[in-house]
This record gives sequence, C-alpha cells and structure tokens, in this order.
Amino acid sequence: MSMYRAHVLVCKGTGCTASGSPSVFSAFKEELAKRKLDNEVMLVETGCHGMCEMGPIVVIYPEGAFYCRVTAEDVPEIVEEHLYKGRIVERLLYTIPTDMTKVPHYKDIPFYSKQHRIVLKNCGYINPDHIEEYIARDGYQALAKALTQMSPEEVLEEVKRSGLRGRGGAGFPTGLKWEFARKAAGDKKYIICNADEGDPGAFMDRSVLEGDPHAVIEGMLLGAYAIGADEGYIYCRAEYPLAIKRLKNAISQAEEYGLLGNNIMDTDFSFHLHVKEGAGAFVCGEETALMASIEGKRGMPRPRPPFPAQAGLWGKPTNINNVETWANVPQIILNGADWYSSIGTETSKGTKVFALTGKVKNTGLIEVPMGITIREIVFELGGGILGDKEFKAVQIGGPSGGCLTKEHLDLPVDYESLTGAGAIMGSGGLVVMDEDTCMVDVAKFFLEFTQRESCGKCVPCREGTKQMLLLLEKITNGEGTMEDLNTLEELAHMVKRMSLCGLGQTAPNPVLTTLKYFRHEYEAHIKDKKCPAKVCTALITYNIDSEKCRKCGLCAKNCPVDCISGDRQTPYKIDQERCIKCGTCLEVCPFNAVYKD
Amino acid sequence: MIVVVKAAEIAAKTKEIVEPWKGKHGGLIPILQEIQHEFGYLPEEALVTVSKELKIPKADIYGVATFYAQFHLKPRGRHVIRVCRGTACHVRGSLKIMEKIKQILNVNENDTTEDLRFTLEPVACLGACGLAPVLMVDDDTHGRLTPDKVQSILDKYE
Repeated sequence: MSMYRAHVLVCKGTGCTASGSPSVFSAFKEELAKRKLDNEVMLVETGCHGMCEMGPIVVIYPEGAFYCRVTAEDVPEIVEEHLYKGRIVERLLYTIPTDMTKVPHYKDIPFYSKQHRIVLKNCGYINPDHIEEYIARDGYQALAKALTQMSPEEVLEEVKRSGLRGRGGAGFPTGLKWEFARKAAGDKKYIICNADEGDPGAFMDRSVLEGDPHAVIEGMLLGAYAIGADEGYIYCRAEYPLAIKRLKNAISQAEEYGLLGNNIMDTDFSFHLHVKEGAGAFVCGEETALMASIEGKRGMPRPRPPFPAQAGLWGKPTNINNVETWANVPQIILNGADWYSSIGTETSKGTKVFALTGKVKNTGLIEVPMGITIREIVFELGGGILGDKEFKAVQIGGPSGGCLTKEHLDLPVDYESLTGAGAIMGSGGLVVMDEDTCMVDVAKFFLEFTQRESCGKCVPCREGTKQMLLLLEKITNGEGTMEDLNTLEELAHMVKRMSLCGLGQTAPNPVLTTLKYFRHEYEAHIKDKKCPAKVCTALITYNIDSEKCRKCGLCAKNCPVDCISGDRQTPYKIDQERCIKCGTCLEVCPFNAVYKD
Repeated sequence: MIVVVKAAEIAAKTKEIVEPWKGKHGGLIPILQEIQHEFGYLPEEALVTVSKELKIPKADIYGVATFYAQFHLKPRGRHVIRVCRGTACHVRGSLKIMEKIKQILNVNENDTTEDLRFTLEPVACLGACGLAPVLMVDDDTHGRLTPDKVQSILDKYE
C-alpha cells in the first residue's frame, strides 16, 4: 500500500453531483496524473457533507481546507497552489455571510462547529463504496463486540439504557420496541429498515444511505442479534437511485467479508439482508403499509393491534426502525449507553439530524444534540435569514408537523417540547420561512400533499382532507367567510382524531398550528381580501410605478397575454382585467418598477 | 426508452421476468418494476401474462399497478421531467418553473408530449432541497433554477 501525503475528498452526494461534482472529480484525476502527483495525493469520492448549497464541495486533508462551489476550471489552480506549493486557494474558501471573513478550516465554519456528529460521523469522510474505509473508522467493531462479548439480552439492555427513541417521527423508545419483538413467540422474525423518506423538505436518510451505508447495515445486524431475527429488508424509495446503488454494493461487500450471511464471524448468528425498492407512495412510510408493500400488495395501512411485533411481515413478528435510528445503534454499542445518554435532554437522548432548508443562508444537513434551541439552529448554524429579511416561522416535521413562530425561537428541540407547541419532531425536516411566505399558502401546500397521498382507505382522511383543502382554496381565492374558518378547525380536529393511521392523524397539524399562531393572516385573506405576504395570486395585483418606469417596454414584450400598454412617450400600464398575474413583468423589469399590491 | 413491441414479444419477455419469482412471495412489485424498466410502461399484455404465470387475479395486479405513482399504464416520453414541488422548492418558486415548462412544451402535468419526447410530472420531493428549486430530467438533476434557465435545459434532450 502506498503512502499518500494528501487526500482530496470530492463530494459525490446527490446535491453536489447535481451541481457538477463529477466533472470536478475527473478534472482532479486528469490534473493529478498530468502533474505526476497521483501516487502522492489520493483522490476520494465521498458522501454528503451536508452543505449542499455550497456544492460542489472539495475538502483537502491534512489541512482540512474546505472549498466551495468548485468548478472543473478551478482544479488546475487548486492543484498548482494547494497541492504543489502548499498555499490555500483563498477565493474558494467558505465565507461567513455576517462579516465576510474566509474560513480556511472545515471545523471552524459555524455550520459545522455547533454540530455533534454521531450518525453523520462518516458522511463526507469516507468513500461509501469501500467497506475498508468504514472498517478503518471502527466499522463493524460494535458487531464484533456484541457477537463475542455480549448476549442478545445485553445488547438489548444497552440500547434500552441509552434512551434512544425512534427517529422516524413518533419517538417511541427503540429498546422497548425491540423487546416486544424479542419476546414475541415465533421461530421466524424479521427486521425492517424504513428508508421510505417521503416528507417534502427532508433528505437526512438519503444522505446517510449514500454517505455511510454500512452504518445502517451494522445497526440492523445488531438489532437482528438482539431480537433474534435472521432476515431483514431495507425498504428504500425508488426516487433515491444512488442510495439504492450504494446499499446494494455495501451489502454485497459485507457478504464477501462474511459480515452478512450464515455464521457471521464464525458464530451461530446468521442474517440475510435484502433491498426493496418502493414504488412511489408516501403512505408506505407507515409501518403496516410498508409491510403490505413488501408483500407485493397495495400499500395501505391496517388497524393495530396486532402490532408488527406480534404479527408483521407475512404474519411473523417484525421490528421496524428508520434509517437514522439504525445508524445510531453501532455507536451506542461501541461507546456504551452511558456515553450516549450523556448527550441531549432528560427525555430525548442523543442527537437529531435535520434537513435545514427554506429561506436561510446555509441550507443543508445538520446533526445537533437534542435540546439545542431553534434560534441556535436558524441563526447560528443556518447563518440567519436569506437577504437579512424578517424571520417569520419555522416548519418542523414536514406535512405532519407544524409551524412555530418567533416566540418559539428559544424552545429547546426535543420530542416533548415540540409536541407541546403543536409541532412534532417528525423525520427532521426544518423549513425556515420569512416575511414573504404566506402561512395560509403553506398550510394549503402541505394539505395538497397529504390529500394527494391519502390512500383512501379510511373516510376521515380521504374525505376530510379533501374538504379542508377546498376550504383553504376558497380562502386563498378571497372567497372565504369567517364561518369557513370554524368549519376548517372543526374538520381538522375530526380528521386528527378519527383517521386510521399516522398520515391522517397528523395531516391537520400544519392547518391547526397556522390557525393557532397566524390566525390574523387567515383573517386578512377573509375580511380584507388581502394576502399580507403577497403570495396568493387571486388577492394581489401587479402595478407599474410610473416614477421608476424608464419606458423600456421589456414588460410589454414579455407579457404572455399582451395586457401591458405604453410606449416611449406614455408610461406603461397593466390592464388589471386581462392580467393573469403570472409575474413575468416583475421578473424582467430591470428597474424594479413593477410591484405587487 | 419507447420501442413499439408486438404483443407476443411482450408476453415472452414478461415470462422471462416472472420466471425467477415463481414459488416465492413478494414478487409482484419488483416484477412490475422490471416490466416497466423494459418497456417504459406496463403494457396490458404483460399484466395479463403476469396474472396467468403467477395465478394472481388481474384485479389485484391492476390494483397494485394503479396504487403506486411509479407505475404507468400508458406509454411515456423518451425523457421524463420531474419538477420538484417539495416545501423548499415551493418557497423558492418551483410553481413558476412548472408553468414555464408547461408553456414551452404545451403539455399538462402527468402528460406526455405528442411526439413522445417528454413526459412532465410533479414530484413530492427530490431530496435536493439545498439546490431549490430543482428538477430532474431522467437521471440528471438540475438545481438553482430560474424560469429563464428552463429552455436551455430542455434543449439538451432530444
């Protein structure tokens, strides 16, 4: 094996790939070969660093220099300056948006310095396609420890003591769930990894699967050992082709190394793992629907009990956990329950990965200790609101979650406080909204989603969400009445209470929380026929400020319905009768003369 | 992606796909996925063949094929455009991107252009929220979009 003096890590996650990292990678390959540095400098493809906004990302060790938005054209300069002369290329370093200083080191970027990475420990550091790199970072050590020094009961006890709770949304204690499956009678038991991450605005599971697939596999092996299962499935949505490819590759490597299959590490423990591709149904994230889908049926939930721990996949005792939960397990076994439970709050232990998106400066994936405040997440890690606008709300937990306001900025993020405020931890989508976001529109957006994804089995969810959506459409069209607001609220409580599964039970949350915290916005739509954020098209008009208008005629030229009149002499004007409110004039005007009212 | 294939060929190919799953459980969805991968959609002949080979009622197969968003019973375009309508993309203007594509291609959501060049679909979330708004054409992701970038992206696909 050759010794390398430097490592160039090029992110090949979905975000960076879309921004052009494959061409950056090949440029490095070419340039290093040309300069005959390829036996001194190792080029590595890694998984996601989390800061997708700044992609393609290149990190060079030993310095830990973090280069952002690198293009293939930048590569010769990086090789010449950094790798040849040892001088860091300043212009490509990350810039702190508040004071415009350049940060040379990865660890010093505020986005990373506040994080505590357990689940994401390897993401962005290792090549996910090489099992050796995972093993070099203590991979499969926990499995070895469990199989040689611990009984299944001891593994279970350790997870129970760690306080780990399900990261898929509801936060059920993981150890307890395992115990149910372990105690269930049956010769054949299954375990499942729920990788059907379908919440709009969430991508943490995808990044873990793409960046560190072996952590999930090792977690499942430990779970199988504790529960007494010999077969498992990873149910991954088909929209994640790269995650599926890396998982399949990781499984076959683990099989080659004798870490999956019969008599693992020469013990009596055997475990077989399969990947199942989802077929595009959000409701399949619900555990009973997911199992129906693996069985090849329509993915519709069924009433519980019996719980999956008694009668799950093909009627056998089954334990389901989500990707992030599984990825926590090896670290718990390796470092012990005491270490894990020292992180976080009284009732919520460990860390949580969030997908921080929306109107913040730094969007991306973050892993933070439980108990951190929303303010720290938005203003320190996230760097504040885009364009320094006013913070309005943060939506936590996707379509099942709720919107929280300025008053909640100092709320510690843990299961109980979020539920108390009407939101939920959910899978960890965290969408930041500013003054330009209309909360009624947001509620409508989420309801459109859940209404479309409702499987139709139970009436409250199928009909209730439909009626709620019609009411919201009426309100955003400026035709709502105050009576509608009461009906909406009543329906929301009914759907929440009476739906069969989690989808329907949580679908009204975005409506209920916006009604609670932003009722004035609903009322403005109804009473004043105005959308305060100027988003709802039916309630806004486009106008041209004759002072600012320089009579260039670009707006009239681009208007799809030719409703703008004027010429070099007469100021341009929009015919409100014919205007379809597409906003093209506002986009094309070079003098900002077009405004919304 | 689209090739016109005769009914007999469809049946023969489908039998090949079904063969390894005989006597095993849970095969229906992977089989349908493979059929769609092969033909670009789920031709009726193929579904009838699966029903006969696996002795599953046609109604059940139809039920599964229509439940999941991934399956299509009609031929699809050579390229599939998936416009992300997730939260992050929504707040950064994905609706405008969708409208622009509809206008350029003269096609509705979930429809295919007459020349079978493009199928246009909204998708809940592509998980590339950091690059919002985002769309995918086949397996390529295009991010940080503005309506005026759309035309040049579409031009890349024939």
